[in-house]
Amino acid sequence: MGTEAGATRALQPALMRARGLGKRYVQRTPFSQQSFAIEALVNVDFEIAPGCLTALVGESGSGKSTLASCLAMIGKPDSGEIWFEGNEISHWSKRKLAPLRPKIQLVFQDSAGALDPRFSAAQIIEEPLEIQRRESRQTLRARARELMEEVGLSPDWANRSPLQLSGGQRQRLAIARAIALKPSLLILDESLSGLDLSTQAQILNLLLDLKAARSLTVLLISHDLSLVGQVADFVAVMHQGRIVESASTRQVFGSAQHPQTCKLLASVRVLEAAFQTARAGGRG
Amino acid sequence: MMPSMTSAVKSPIRYLERRAIHAILLLLGASLLSFLFSSLAPGSFFDEMKLNPQISPETVAALRSQYGLDQPLPVRYVRWVKSVLRGEWGYSFAYNQPVRSLLMVRARNTLLLTTLALALAWLIAVPIGVWIASRRGRWDDQLASASTSLLLSVPELVLALGLLYLVIRTHALPVGGMVSTGFDRLGSWEQVRDLAAHLIVPVTTLVLASLPILIRHVRASMIEVLQAPFIQAARGHGISRSRLLFCYALPAAANPLISLFGLSVAGLLSGSLLVEVIAGWPGLGPLLLEACFSRDIYVVIGVVMASTMFMILGSLLADVMLVVADPRVRTDHA
Amino acid sequence: MSTPNSMPSTCASALLRVRGLTVNYDARNQQPVPALRQVDLEIAPGEIVGILGESGSGKSTLALSILGLLPESAQVEGSIFLEGENLSSMAESRWAAIRGARIAMIFQEPGLSLSPVMRAGDQIGEVIRAHRNGSSKQRKQEVQSALKDAGIADVERIYRAYPHQLSGGELHRVAIAQALVCRPALVIADEPTRSLDVTMQSEIQNALLDINRKYGSALLFITHNPALLAGFADRVLVMYAGRIVEAGPVAQMYRGPLHPYTRGLLQLVPEPVMHSGHISGFARRERLAAIPGSLTRFDPLGRGCAFEPRCSARTANCQIESPEEIAPEPDRRVSCFNYGN
Repeated sequence: MGTEAGATRALQPALMRARGLGKRYVQRTPFSQQSFAIEALVNVDFEIAPGCLTALVGESGSGKSTLASCLAMIGKPDSGEIWFEGNEISHWSKRKLAPLRPKIQLVFQDSAGALDPRFSAAQIIEEPLEIQRRESRQTLRARARELMEEVGLSPDWANRSPLQLSGGQRQRLAIARAIALKPSLLILDESLSGLDLSTQAQILNLLLDLKAARSLTVLLISHDLSLVGQVADFVAVMHQGRIVESASTRQVFGSAQHPQTCKLLASVRVLEAAFQTARAGGRG
Repeated sequence: MMPSMTSAVKSPIRYLERRAIHAILLLLGASLLSFLFSSLAPGSFFDEMKLNPQISPETVAALRSQYGLDQPLPVRYVRWVKSVLRGEWGYSFAYNQPVRSLLMVRARNTLLLTTLALALAWLIAVPIGVWIASRRGRWDDQLASASTSLLLSVPELVLALGLLYLVIRTHALPVGGMVSTGFDRLGSWEQVRDLAAHLIVPVTTLVLASLPILIRHVRASMIEVLQAPFIQAARGHGISRSRLLFCYALPAAANPLISLFGLSVAGLLSGSLLVEVIAGWPGLGPLLLEACFSRDIYVVIGVVMASTMFMILGSLLADVMLVVADPRVRTDHA
Repeated sequence: MSTPNSMPSTCASALLRVRGLTVNYDARNQQPVPALRQVDLEIAPGEIVGILGESGSGKSTLALSILGLLPESAQVEGSIFLEGENLSSMAESRWAAIRGARIAMIFQEPGLSLSPVMRAGDQIGEVIRAHRNGSSKQRKQEVQSALKDAGIADVERIYRAYPHQLSGGELHRVAIAQALVCRPALVIADEPTRSLDVTMQSEIQNALLDINRKYGSALLFITHNPALLAGFADRVLVMYAGRIVEAGPVAQMYRGPLHPYTRGLLQLVPEPVMHSGHISGFARRERLAAIPGSLTRFDPLGRGCAFEPRCSARTANCQIESPEEIAPEPDRRVSCFNYGN
């Protein structure tokens, strides 16, 4: 872990901290007596600083989603500890975890799959509100419309089904649902992959706005370093279930140590330097 | 990382061993339950005789004792199991013979009927289902959907009676039974013709009764697959239409159909009861009916056990076919 | 090839020529939805052309039109010529001979574009079978050589594998092998790297470049990310709302984009901070330079430029009139009243 980043972070207690997390999946074919294990997480130490945007980067299969599901209390790690708000929660029962759930929300990559197409946009946002509180229909609907506006969706679309929305609009809807309960931590698991560049930029701007307006802590998971490099405060790189590099963005980019980080950096697609000159204006 | 293939080869045997154990347990359970229920039903085989004033109650009691019907339930059960292990499967009071020989003959007759109907129904349903799925929404699809709905709404009973009526009125076919009188005197080709003529009504009824459901399932499964991206991609590579339907779409649509086929096989012994009774086909159906009414309990239990065995067979067949047909079930993921 | 349907061509060597292609999708009880409007396009043999556009810009419709894969309810006007042959009014049987053999497509999400119950090698073999006679042994050899060309090392394992046993990168290479196996003159790649990690994107593009060099297949590469076309495509066509709004050689266009939309797209590519030849970071932004708004359903009867609501360079005229196409330089086209501003 980077020393100066670590020192800065140590000034503020981490919002969430994982120590020595381990998780393995066992796969078995129907007829075979053999099974083989996949080490999804190996001795993972990870911290999320409050009020910051932390990025978790790695290739497919590096364990990012597994880590996200453990942090979001959806999956249970096989070993290790998770600390949230001063409590060690990795072994808590479902009932004990229930009051914590509104505080950590997860947005998935596949928005079409994550949102029930039978419900309207407003109903999707209302659902978590309904479960957690008892308010009248009108109040719920009004809150849903407010949230839609906040994420950049027109409240006129309250009755639209998610299938009628574009990919970017669906992700906005998923974000609206996630922030409905005023979480302290928002985890986005590859939520920007598969979106157009222009939509990605808009959603990132939305996240930055939300982060500022609601003092939200954001964990952004992606395979694209260039994407997160523009907005993240801290970057952690994962490879084969381990965190191989974890420091402030400047450090990770400036003095990348691990070969995996270098590999990710090298594969970033940018316009060649020669083209940069004319970017600021129109024709040269 | 791929697991070694040798372990996959060894384990089908272990798999079958497991299934065999499950099957035996299931059969035991089924036998216990059917024993229990049939014994709970009031009356016994000899009750009819009680009504007859000419037979004394002592004779009835003696007969009952002779056949062991006065013994407590567990004792009778154990005796029955012993009889099964001896190969007799109990004793039929009405027919005065071990249940097994009775069952075998009747089961053979039933199977002749049902396997023929099964094969015909599937051979007709699959091409039709595939075709109308590819013509979704057009006139032939709508015609087929209307016809299957109509057919579906007609109860099997009515179908059987209707066909019977038609046949009787037109004297087109012999009615009732499996073969005509004087069968033995016919030459072998005539024997086949005679059998076939008797088969027509019950087989047609069974086929017509099961076609609508089969066609609908094939159609539904095909329609779902035809909307998959890989079909359009294959079309984009220049694959011909017929190849798309039968080599790309149908294999991918096979899973639910295989399960359905397994169910069909499972019902081979039990699905034709009504038709057999009406058409007078000497299969398990009429036997079971008679035995229920006359409290010939060991016959009843025997038929139930035979049906259970077929159900196990059908489900096993479906599972094996699924593994063979769908590589996703058979192999592991990367 | 000169047939009665062939168009007298000024540039006789054009492989694909699209003129005035207009496609409307039929929506029941509603106005037809426009997907493409007056698209003109030319591809020379062996050329690599990039199509740049967002979702909804009509780029997939363009790809499907060239292969005749539009649904029957689509209303198509305009003409498409392949090596002089008019594809627009062809019978389905003739299409089957062209698809996969002279024009091949690499679809998005190869995991979904392959049959789940057929082995990868067999599926590639099917493409050969559809177009050529030959023994299965011959086919197998051709498939194996195609897999090698697509950059696969472990040919035997991939040949026998089912799609669900393959990783994302392997699936993409199988799709490439399938597209090149009949040596088509034109390969259309529809967002071939969208679902891949960045590390795989370069590999896939390199595989496509290899095919272009080795077999001379022209390539039509469709993407939403301008960075993927740099150092890859020869020419780029920028699409917006069913129209081509700018076209030109990639280097010139990226150095000096003419259309405000192109400029906006280029600004979306993260700007690296270089340090002795390596990337040492990315320009930190408080906000990213996103193009405001989104591509909405455009009104087919609407006059005016479709991009106007989101344009930073718009003037009063833009709402009223739709800009014509101009060629401010040889080789470059743009449809904008205020280009270059």
